Amino acid sequence: MDITTLRILATVTSFIVFVGIIIWAWKRRNTSDFKDAANLPFTND
Amino acid sequence: MQALNTQSTTYNDGVIRQFSIMAVVWGVVGMLVGVIIAAQLVWPELNLGLPWTSFGRLRPLHTNAVIFAFGGCTLFATSYYVVQRTCHTTLFLPQLAKFTFWGWQAVILAAAVSLPLGFTQGKEYAELEWPIDILITLVWVAYAVVFFGTIGTRKVKHIYVANWFFGAFIITVALLHIVNSAAMPASFMKSYSAYAGVQDAMVQWWYGHNAVGFFLTAGFLGIMYYFVPKQADRPVYSYSLSIVHFWALIFTYMWAGPHHLHYTALPDWTQSLGMAFSLILLAPSWGGMINGMMTLSGAWHKLRTDPILRFMIVSLSFYGMSTFEGPMMAIKTVNSLSHYTDWTVGHVHSGALGWVGLVSMGAIYYMIPRLFGQKQMHSMKAIELHFWLATVGIVLYIAALWIAGVMEGLMWRAINTDGTLTYTFVESVKAKHPYYIIRMLGGLLYLSGMVIMLWNVLKTATSGKAAVATIPPVAAHA
Repeated sequence: MDITTLRILATVTSFIVFVGIIIWAWKRRNTSDFKDAANLPFTND
Repeated sequence: MQALNTQSTTYNDGVIRQFSIMAVVWGVVGMLVGVIIAAQLVWPELNLGLPWTSFGRLRPLHTNAVIFAFGGCTLFATSYYVVQRTCHTTLFLPQLAKFTFWGWQAVILAAAVSLPLGFTQGKEYAELEWPIDILITLVWVAYAVVFFGTIGTRKVKHIYVANWFFGAFIITVALLHIVNSAAMPASFMKSYSAYAGVQDAMVQWWYGHNAVGFFLTAGFLGIMYYFVPKQADRPVYSYSLSIVHFWALIFTYMWAGPHHLHYTALPDWTQSLGMAFSLILLAPSWGGMINGMMTLSGAWHKLRTDPILRFMIVSLSFYGMSTFEGPMMAIKTVNSLSHYTDWTVGHVHSGALGWVGLVSMGAIYYMIPRLFGQKQMHSMKAIELHFWLATVGIVLYIAALWIAGVMEGLMWRAINTDGTLTYTFVESVKAKHPYYIIRMLGGLLYLSGMVIMLWNVLKTATSGKAAVATIPPVAAHA
C-alpha cells in the first residue's frame, strides 16, 4: 500500500468516525446521561 | 506531604487564588506594554533610542505577557477551579499544583527579563530561548499530571464537557511546544531551529495557529462551558451540540495553519488545504457560540442587571465575529489584500481583547468573591464601568485597524496605467497615522478597565479571607 492510499484511508476513517460521533451525540438513548452530565456544575450548591 | 489527598473533604483553592490574582496583575502589565508599543507606532521617539525599549523587543514582551502570563494564569486558575467542582474531588498531588504556580511565574519572569535583553528564537509566540523552553515543558507536564490525575480520581461518572476542552488544550499545547521548540543549543540562551526553510515556516505556523486554536480557543471554551451556565444559573443549551462542537474543533483545527503562509514558498496544495480547513472551522466555531448564547434563552433579562454575565455574552459575540472574519481572511483572494496589513492585527485583537479578554474577566469576577468568602465583588459599579471601558476600547481598536488595514492593502496594490506603483510604501505608513492614534486610545481604554479590575479584585480579596469550599459527600450524587 502506498502512502497516498494510506492518507486517503486516514481521511475517510476520520470522517466516518466524526459522523458516528454526531449520530451518537443525538441518540435518544443517551439523553438522560447527557442531562446528568450537563447538570454537573450545579451539583455543588 | 499529602501524597494523593483522596481523603480531603475540601477543594484545594489556594493555588487558584494565587493564579487568579496574578492573572489580573499580569493582565495590567501586558496591556500596559501593549499601549506603550501602540504609542511607539504613533510617536517612534518613545523607544527612547535604547535597544531594550525598542519596538522589536517590547512587542514579543507584550504578546507573551498577555497570552501566556494573563491568559495562562487565567487558564490555570479556571481549569483547577472547574475540574475540582465538576469531578467532586480535590486536586491530585497538591504539591505539584503548587509547583505549577511557582514554575509558571518563573517562566514569566524569565521572559520579562530575557526578551528586552534581546534573547529570542525569532519564532512568533515561541520567542523564548531553550533553557526557558525546558522549564515550560516541566511545568506543563506537571500541569497535565495534576489535571488528568484529578479527572482520574473523580467521584462522579461523567467528565463534564469543560474538562474535555481543558484537557485538549493541555495535551495539544504540550505537543505544539515540544515540536516547534526543537532546536540545537549553540550556547546558553542561543539556539538554532531544528527545521530549515519552508519546513521551518510551516512548523512555526502549525504551532502558531494551533496556539490560537487550543491555547486561546479550546481553553477559553472550557471556561465558557462552565462559567456561562453558572452565571446564567441554567445548564448549557445543548449538551449534544457541545460534544459535536468539541470533536469538530479537534478534527479540523490542526490543518488550518497554512493560511498564515498564503502566496509564499509553501506548496500551493498545502495553502489550499489550509484555506479549506479554515472555512470548515466556521461551522464548529459558530456551533459553540450559539450553544453558549442560547444557554441564556429564557433568561435574557439577566443581561440587564448582571454585568458579569454581560462580559461573557459580549465575549461570545466577539468570538462569533472573529471566527467569521478568520475563515474569510483565510480565503486566498481576500488574504492577498489583508496579509501583512494592520487588518490582521485588528482581527487578532477582536479575538484577543473581545473573546479571550472578556470571558477571562467574567470568569475571574465570578471566582474572586467565592474564593475569598465574599457575597460579591467589592464594587459592582466598577464592574459595570470596566465593561463599558473595555467594550468601547475594543470597538475603537478594531474599527481603526480595519480602516487602516484595508486602506494600506489597497494602496500597496494600486498601480498606474503604465504598470508602476501608485504609492510608495512610506505613503501608506503616513496614511495610517490618525488610525494609529485611535488604536492607541482604544488600547488605553481597555487598559484602564483592567486597572479598575485590579483595584476591585484587591479590595475584594483584602476585605475577605481565604474561603474553604466543601466537597459534596459521595452519597449526594451517587
